Amino acid sequence: MNWAVIIPLVVFLIIIFFIGFWSSKFIRSSSDSFLSEYFLGGRELGGFILAMTMIATYGSASSFIGGPGIAYTQGFGWVLLSMSQVATGYFVLMILGKKFAIMSRRYNAITLIDFLKERYKSKWVVLFSAFSIIIFLFSAMAAQWIGGARLIESLTGISYLGALFIFAVSVLIYVVIGGFRAVALTDAVQGVVMFAGTLILLIAVIIAGGGVSNIVDGLQTENPNLITPYGFDGNLTATYVSSFWILVGVGVVGLPQVTVRAMSYKNSKAMHRALVVGTIFVGFIMLNMHLIGVFARPILPGIEVGDKVMPLIALEVLPAWLAGIVLAAPMAAIMSTVDSLLLLVSSSVVKDVYLNYIEPNASYTKVKKMSFGVTAILGILVFLLALDPPNLLIWLNLFAFGGLEAAFIWPVVLGLYWSRGNKHGALASMLTGIISYTLLHNFYPSAFGMHTVVLPIILSFVAFILVSLMTEDARTAANDY
Amino acid sequence: MRQEKEDPRFKIANREALIGVGLVLFNFIWWFGFAYGMGSKSPEEYTYVLGLPAWFFYSCVLGLIVMSVLVFIIVKFFFVDVSFEEEGEESS
Repeated sequence: MNWAVIIPLVVFLIIIFFIGFWSSKFIRSSSDSFLSEYFLGGRELGGFILAMTMIATYGSASSFIGGPGIAYTQGFGWVLLSMSQVATGYFVLMILGKKFAIMSRRYNAITLIDFLKERYKSKWVVLFSAFSIIIFLFSAMAAQWIGGARLIESLTGISYLGALFIFAVSVLIYVVIGGFRAVALTDAVQGVVMFAGTLILLIAVIIAGGGVSNIVDGLQTENPNLITPYGFDGNLTATYVSSFWILVGVGVVGLPQVTVRAMSYKNSKAMHRALVVGTIFVGFIMLNMHLIGVFARPILPGIEVGDKVMPLIALEVLPAWLAGIVLAAPMAAIMSTVDSLLLLVSSSVVKDVYLNYIEPNASYTKVKKMSFGVTAILGILVFLLALDPPNLLIWLNLFAFGGLEAAFIWPVVLGLYWSRGNKHGALASMLTGIISYTLLHNFYPSAFGMHTVVLPIILSFVAFILVSLMTEDARTAANDY
Repeated sequence: MRQEKEDPRFKIANREALIGVGLVLFNFIWWFGFAYGMGSKSPEEYTYVLGLPAWFFYSCVLGLIVMSVLVFIIVKFFFVDVSFEEEGEESS
């Protein structure tokens, strides 16, 4: 085993634990608002933490392992594509912005579904949303979980089972005891680790490659396509790359794990600060992480498996102890995504399904027990599934991201800004989004040369508008709203 | 029933959401224009800035700097502080 790499990772885990225990104090002290504290951190996030938790939740294994691996193969065209994510840094907070913060306080909403419930007053909207969140995010979470275990496995030489166990225990403990506050604070630490790791590795790669000009020369000699925007074989079209602005830029407004953060901040100052910090951080990390993937090519040619590019290049260009610190970054990225998803799925089960429809008058202690219990059970369930992931899970995860965007983007955005929108429109929009996405994904992917998510988002928009306008209770809904 | 239309905070919120849409359109045009405007030439004719292909430098590196500065300016000078609480209600 490579102890020089393992020790920084262990130190990182200990810090994360410490934050979890510290956060759990807040849960004990806030007796009257347990749910709001556990699932939303008591709406007290400041600007820096808010920016970090948004980036860290959003930046997952794909930004640190998968993305750089593809950039290694595709060249600068993939870095260009990844830069569509800069928009997430400001777009989500500006669009949901103050209106969402005010409305969610007025409705006393703790989850995205609370907001939809008060806005549309429809049992079916609530149940369908809860169902989508539980199914899709559970799969997404399991996939990240597997990624985390594989990363530990490849770095330390521990078996997959052992690695999975370490990963599961670390995440579960701090999420179960600490709730949202622990998730947000550890996200902040993880965000800083991601930022620092990116910077260190970028510098080391440029030095190892003999300077930027030298690296770009090397790429051009190997294959001139690598330095064009069109990918190594010229197949990345402008249309396809641009359509990623919908998937990873604008559409992110519809992701529940992101929207819930837009109701967690303390005041408008925190939001303003997060806008600036978030844009700079997410841009910096995305740009440089993917550049590292491209720059790694002349230094370490011939890597077959994309996911191995990041770990291999870090071990190649850095001393072992520093590589350990840098490789805590993808670890941090995975953990910070998993923790948020775990808590969100748990809140859907406890708050949106159990408290809404099964036992609305549950006592305080019962709710508290349920929250801890459900979070823990979900975690254990993910662990068991990750031992031998079933095909269905892999399949669901493939379109968790796009499916959720297509389902939620219009009920949330138009729910905020279009008072005529009603429950029929919202339900039609969600059904259209998910069904068309599933069908297109399987039978007609990348329609018109764009990413599959584009058409469902357009269709669900049309469905929302048309059905809202056609149905009777449009006027009453407007008054009610 | 409270009437939302009378809440002055929503005017501010709506304006800021529109600024967000404007910003993302600007961002996209900048990104697309430099990348495909300068990058569609043959690689032999590329010029370089700081060792990077010029299309990439202007589209992605400079683009990020421009967007960061723009977001900073807009937030600082055009975004308004509002209270999120209902009137007469204390935050816990």
